Amino acid sequence: MEILVCVKRVPDTAENEIEVNKDGTDIERDDLVYSVNEWDNYAAEEAIQIRDNVGGTVTVLSVGGEDAEEVVRREMAMGADQGILLSDEAFTGSDGRGISEIIKAEVEKGKYDLILTGAQADDGAGQIGGMLAALLDWPYASLVNLIEIIDESKIKVGREIAGGNQEMSEIDLPCVLSIQTGINEPRYVGIRGIRKVASMEIPVHGTGDLSLSPDVIGKSGAKVKRLDYFVHDPGEGADILEGSIDEILDKLVEILKTKGGIK
Amino acid sequence: MAQTVFTYILHKDGKIDDTAFELISAAKKILPDAPVIAIAVGSGSELEAACNELSASYPEIWKIDDEALSYPNAEIIRGLLPRIIPQGSIVLVPHEHFGMDLSPGLSIKLDTSFLPDAVDFQGMEDGKLKAIREEYSGQVSTHVLCDIAQGSVITIRPGVFKADESKGESGTVVDKTADALKEGLPGQSRRFLEVVEAEVGDVDITKSEILISVGRGIEDEENLEMVNELAETMGGDVSCSRPIVDAKWMEKSRQVGTSGQTVKPKVYLALGISGSFQHMGGVKGAPYVIAVNKNPKAPIFQQADVGVVADILEFIPMLTDKVKEIKG
Ligand SMILES: Cc1cc2nc3c(=O)[nH]c(=O)nc-3n(C[C@H](O)[C@H](O)[C@H](O)COP(=O)(O)OP(=O)(O)OC[C@H]3O[C@@H](n4cnc5c(N)ncnc54)[C@H](O)[C@@H]3O)c2cc1C
Ligand SMILES: Nc1ncnc2c1ncn2[C@@H]1O[C@H](COP(=O)(O)O)[C@@H](O)[C@H]1O
Repeated sequence: MEILVCVKRVPDTAENEIEVNKDGTDIERDDLVYSVNEWDNYAAEEAIQIRDNVGGTVTVLSVGGEDAEEVVRREMAMGADQGILLSDEAFTGSDGRGISEIIKAEVEKGKYDLILTGAQADDGAGQIGGMLAALLDWPYASLVNLIEIIDESKIKVGREIAGGNQEMSEIDLPCVLSIQTGINEPRYVGIRGIRKVASMEIPVHGTGDLSLSPDVIGKSGAKVKRLDYFVHDPGEGADILEGSIDEILDKLVEILKTKGGIK
Repeated sequence: MAQTVFTYILHKDGKIDDTAFELISAAKKILPDAPVIAIAVGSGSELEAACNELSASYPEIWKIDDEALSYPNAEIIRGLLPRIIPQGSIVLVPHEHFGMDLSPGLSIKLDTSFLPDAVDFQGMEDGKLKAIREEYSGQVSTHVLCDIAQGSVITIRPGVFKADESKGESGTVVDKTADALKEGLPGQSRRFLEVVEAEVGDVDITKSEILISVGRGIEDEENLEMVNELAETMGGDVSCSRPIVDAKWMEKSRQVGTSGQTVKPKVYLALGISGSFQHMGGVKGAPYVIAVNKNPKAPIFQQADVGVVADILEFIPMLTDKVKEIKG
């Protein structure tokens, strides 16, 4: 099975408190720790496990600046066979459609049976997988939390739906799936693993290598544009308990008693 | 021609989802004067019941009725809708499990812009729709401009728009089945098999009055011990956010949220939980929410009644001792 995994480099929210910069044009990027989008690790792990079971190759792809190479390499250290970086000045400012068009152009140069994306990334859009599938005219399933390979032409997938229930379907290959967290336990990647793939070549493809219409990519092609960042007015937020730790504990226990929080 | 706003209706067992009314409010904020038409897809008497209920709030309902649609398979519906939705329309879909499956691809099929997970709208600016979204699980918000001139598919976060149930309509149901199906049934490459129901756990947290809920801030599986002790001392049950279940530290049946359980306790104590809408979407019945988080800007503090800025690893044992003390 030839599998493509799409990964995005994002600020690591477990390591950083995300703050808006002074003029609201961006988040505060100094000292940010970046990593691969949480969902994408599950997608890469799933791809590697499928390959290990049925054979084939896993290719990892990212659209981004030069820095995005590090996340591609990290997933190669997990066990992906090869990586591709799609990078070009002209890609900057693309909206979800634009990113999907760029990935589609690369997909058409190869021959893939299965494309995995994460369910969502840092901006909570959850759009790339579904758009890519529609652009390719391939079937799609989102929020996938189970994959079983039936044969070369079809697989069984479980989708997470409300209430912890699971929707089972059969889906024909090639297809695109967006992967939900919890589908597997992504393996740990240590420094040694990264070192092992340090010298592997990661080709960089840009507009010259891909057949892309300029009207759908970059800032000028974007129909959806972010204007600014701001912090939601915490006006009616929680009453924050202040004082010494003993005072806070006293107040809290008092509240718990009156609200029925202690039995 | 004026743009029409279509709302996609979720319904189950003949009952329509609350989002059906929230989408009306969202539609009115996007284009106050545009006609709003509900689209309901399904089959037989269940669809009929849903349409009946809709007709009290919507002037017009378009239905697609076919046996093959008795379970909402997004792959099929994504193929059907472009056959009936006029070019340039705005389509609103709830941003939940089905909407996330249907919508991004639908925008491609309709060749419109796509705006995911909108939480508010602020009218038009430079001929474009100005919307508010959140990023980084709600840690920051953004204004975005979305070009809707050639139509748009917009997913709406459930629960943020007030339900518009201004009754009094006696809406007409228009049967669009023939138009939708005249070229046959699309989406056959994804075939629905069954729904596997969630496993029932040892404790039914949906019945708990006091929930001590723990999130990624607990850092380590071993630290769950102190949470259990606190819960026992308070006389409550332990629940959790999704990362705890993903890590297999607790059973899925303990997960609170849109893809877990919907709980209705009296008191909800959130420990090291950031407060994503998918988590808080499972906290219903207006409980008294107490949040403990080391980040004073964590979104959970916007939703809690009372907050404590502290490291839970230090705070939990101290709270346990204090509760023990007053219980004597
Ligand atoms: C379709 C879909 C469905 C989903 N369904 C659910 C669902 O049902 N339930 C659910 O919970 N999530 C769900 N999620 C995931 C959700 O988006 C969030 O990723 C998740 O809720 C985050 O969990 P958390 O708050 O525990 O972790 P985080 O967002 O990582 O937050 C951890 C918090 O702990 C704080 N913290 C860290 N260390 C400490 C410490 N020592 N002391 C005090 N505070 C500390 C941090 O400041 C942070 O605020 C879903 C996602 C998707 C895409
Ligand atoms: N710049 C990117 N490069 C590669 N894949 C991406 C990129 N942006 C998003 N994706 C993929 O799309 C998924 C969903 O992201 P999004 O639609 O942006 O929420 C991610 O988990 C990735 O798999």
